[in-house]
Amino acid sequence: MHVRLLRVSLLILPMLFMLLLGTGLSGASASPSADDTAASDAPPVASDNAETGCQLTKPPDDETLSIYGLICDRRESPRVPVPDVTVLVKDASGNEIGRSVSGPDGSFVIDLPGEPISYLGKTYAVSVDKATLPEDTEPEKTDLKIAINTDTDQPVIFPVGAAGPGAEGKLIQAIQLTITGLVFSVLLAMASLGLSMIFGTTGLTNFAHGELITFGALVAFAVDNLDGEIRVGGANVTIIVGVLAAFLVSGLFGWVNDAGLWRPLRRRGSSLVAMMIVSIGLSIFLRNVYQYFAGAQARNYSQYAAIEPWEFGSLTVTSRDVVVFVVGMGVLILTTSLLRYTRLGKATRAVADNPALSSATGINVERVISIVWIGGAALAGMAGALLGVTQGFDYQIGFKLLLLVFAATVLGGLGTIWGAIVGAFVIGLFTELTTLFIPAEFKYVGALLVLIVVLLIRPQGLLGRAERVG
Amino acid sequence: MDFHNLLTLSLQQALGPTAVIYALAAIGLNVHFGYTGLLNFGQAGFMMVAGYGMVFVATEWGLSLWLGTLVGLVLTVILALLLGLPTLRLRADYLAIVTIAAAEIVRQTIGAAKFSDKFGGQDGLTGFIQPFRDANPFSGTKGIPGVVTWSAFDFWVMTVGWLLVALSCVVVWLLMRSPWGRVLKSIREDEDAVRSLGKNVTSYKMQALIIGGLFGALAGFMTALRSASIGPSFFATDVTFFAYTVLLIGGAARVLGPVVGSIIFWFLISALGIFFSQATSGTDPLIPASIMDSTQASLMRFIFLGLGLMLLMIFRPQGIFGDRRELAIDAR
Repeated sequence: MHVRLLRVSLLILPMLFMLLLGTGLSGASASPSADDTAASDAPPVASDNAETGCQLTKPPDDETLSIYGLICDRRESPRVPVPDVTVLVKDASGNEIGRSVSGPDGSFVIDLPGEPISYLGKTYAVSVDKATLPEDTEPEKTDLKIAINTDTDQPVIFPVGAAGPGAEGKLIQAIQLTITGLVFSVLLAMASLGLSMIFGTTGLTNFAHGELITFGALVAFAVDNLDGEIRVGGANVTIIVGVLAAFLVSGLFGWVNDAGLWRPLRRRGSSLVAMMIVSIGLSIFLRNVYQYFAGAQARNYSQYAAIEPWEFGSLTVTSRDVVVFVVGMGVLILTTSLLRYTRLGKATRAVADNPALSSATGINVERVISIVWIGGAALAGMAGALLGVTQGFDYQIGFKLLLLVFAATVLGGLGTIWGAIVGAFVIGLFTELTTLFIPAEFKYVGALLVLIVVLLIRPQGLLGRAERVG
Repeated sequence: MDFHNLLTLSLQQALGPTAVIYALAAIGLNVHFGYTGLLNFGQAGFMMVAGYGMVFVATEWGLSLWLGTLVGLVLTVILALLLGLPTLRLRADYLAIVTIAAAEIVRQTIGAAKFSDKFGGQDGLTGFIQPFRDANPFSGTKGIPGVVTWSAFDFWVMTVGWLLVALSCVVVWLLMRSPWGRVLKSIREDEDAVRSLGKNVTSYKMQALIIGGLFGALAGFMTALRSASIGPSFFATDVTFFAYTVLLIGGAARVLGPVVGSIIFWFLISALGIFFSQATSGTDPLIPASIMDSTQASLMRFIFLGLGLMLLMIFRPQGIFGDRRELAIDAR
């Protein structure tokens, strides 16, 4: 009897927990100005120009979504603003939706007509009308593509310099995309590793894995929304604490998932297909619970909202990308070393290989599975939080990522550890680098096509062991 | 709380055009999953290809919708062949992942801005409905006055739709009592045993995939006709998941399972939606706004849907009519 009580309480526990989390989140959504105040805490985009007239000013807070920015001539020091330049905003199909002329301080504000919500998730091209620039100048960029993921105003900067060597060509672009792709790959690898480990040890194809990713992003956001900043030695470490919290709380969430739902199902002897469908139900349930508490709008963390990129020639790298990459790589190396060299890691791989045999050799299979769930969910949650740092998030970030996670794991070989990582890097780099040749809207299509083609040629995946599968 | 209104509107949904669409989609899944054990998570892709095929023929070339349906059916067969060739030899979970990926490939490609001059991008296509509207023999509102009524157009869609459902059920019933159907069921139970009897399992699976996809195509046609338009958002991944829920409520591997499932599913979804929307509206709502506002109320039905799907699969995987012994679903 008390076993059943325990199970019921295990099911109720996460819901209570989510309620707690939800109060933190809904507290944030109750004050719509939270985003704006948070953004003004962030370092101004062009702080080194503070003493000059060429400084990015925020547009007035109003209901409309604006694209605002600045045109500066960088040949002078201090930089001088460039007035009377026409700037256009076009949507993906090339229709003009707004234009503006830069003022005497070089700044411009383009209000986008209509509800901000209708712009979310779309990409817009912001371009400078070359004819209106002063002669003998050449903007380093005339076209910027910006993806609107949040309903806050979007900053853009057009640095203007001497007429340069012209377009740097595909090589620079390829390097730039490789950097973006590597950062994305590391996060994808973290998420895929969890899915692959869980599949390997339990055989479960977990359609709710995307929700573990979103969970991490939401935990970090809840920490971010606590009053005040968390400071260590004068430095604002709120987001670091947030990511760590995402890691730990997601691990706990993974344990609750396993102990409250999947372990009882395994005990009942539920078939894998039945469990797969249960995971679909869990995915729908969790996704809507997230939206219930966190709302549908896209969000950003207060720190790292706007930072100035480092420029190497025409390459731009942000410190944020570097930090995310290093942290992600570190976690990946640590996890794989643990799996490779520790007793527990060996036990995990043994269970993935053959549960019955490893049970016979004295390995506590249920304990290993429990730890795999904790580890896998923690990795996924951390990936979600870091993904939120790099590109913002909404309640279905994990669900949108789920197919790419599947693609990465299947590509590398379902259930293999190295396969998941290799697959994630292939998919991550592929999605970014294909935008060199095909429109960006097809990048996921390309990655999913790769999955199908690989299955045709090598059904067991890149690193999977060849076995007869039907 | 206006219970009369709640029951009336829910009944309207449960018998209305939406229920028809999901019944047809679930009949297709029944052939795939219920009878053959194939985990097709890309039913929305089949629906989309067929629906767009029909509409495209009418809007782009100005040809009749009849010819459009033919094109839609041919395209569905082609999609089934393309999907089946790489995956039917693989384990069940591979098929699940590949079909869900394929449905998303189809959706993102058709909805892309690049092809918006052909397929209308995210806005989709309209302006093909007139011939179908002209064929409508009904006028005014139809139904039982005071209990449940539909507009003449909805009633026309329902008439065509439920006729298709009835026809599909007869076809499935005839197929599954034939020797061919018995082979499908035995593939679901033990693939290796069937293979050892000299049957070409992959070929049978492919036939099942095509036939189930064709029922999905009918659902796609009805989706376009019901809304008088077609767009990528009609065919999101969740459509397939809902169709699975419909199938599992009624009971997989039963001819009438999807039909009953669809009626119950849409009655419950609609009743939950109306209940929570009423409970949070008005000056003195039943549930205070600090706990739930109207946006959150609209999510409650999906929260219950997810929970319901989990509990159904755990405690009664055979649904209402299914037979647990017949359906020891394990395709691994």
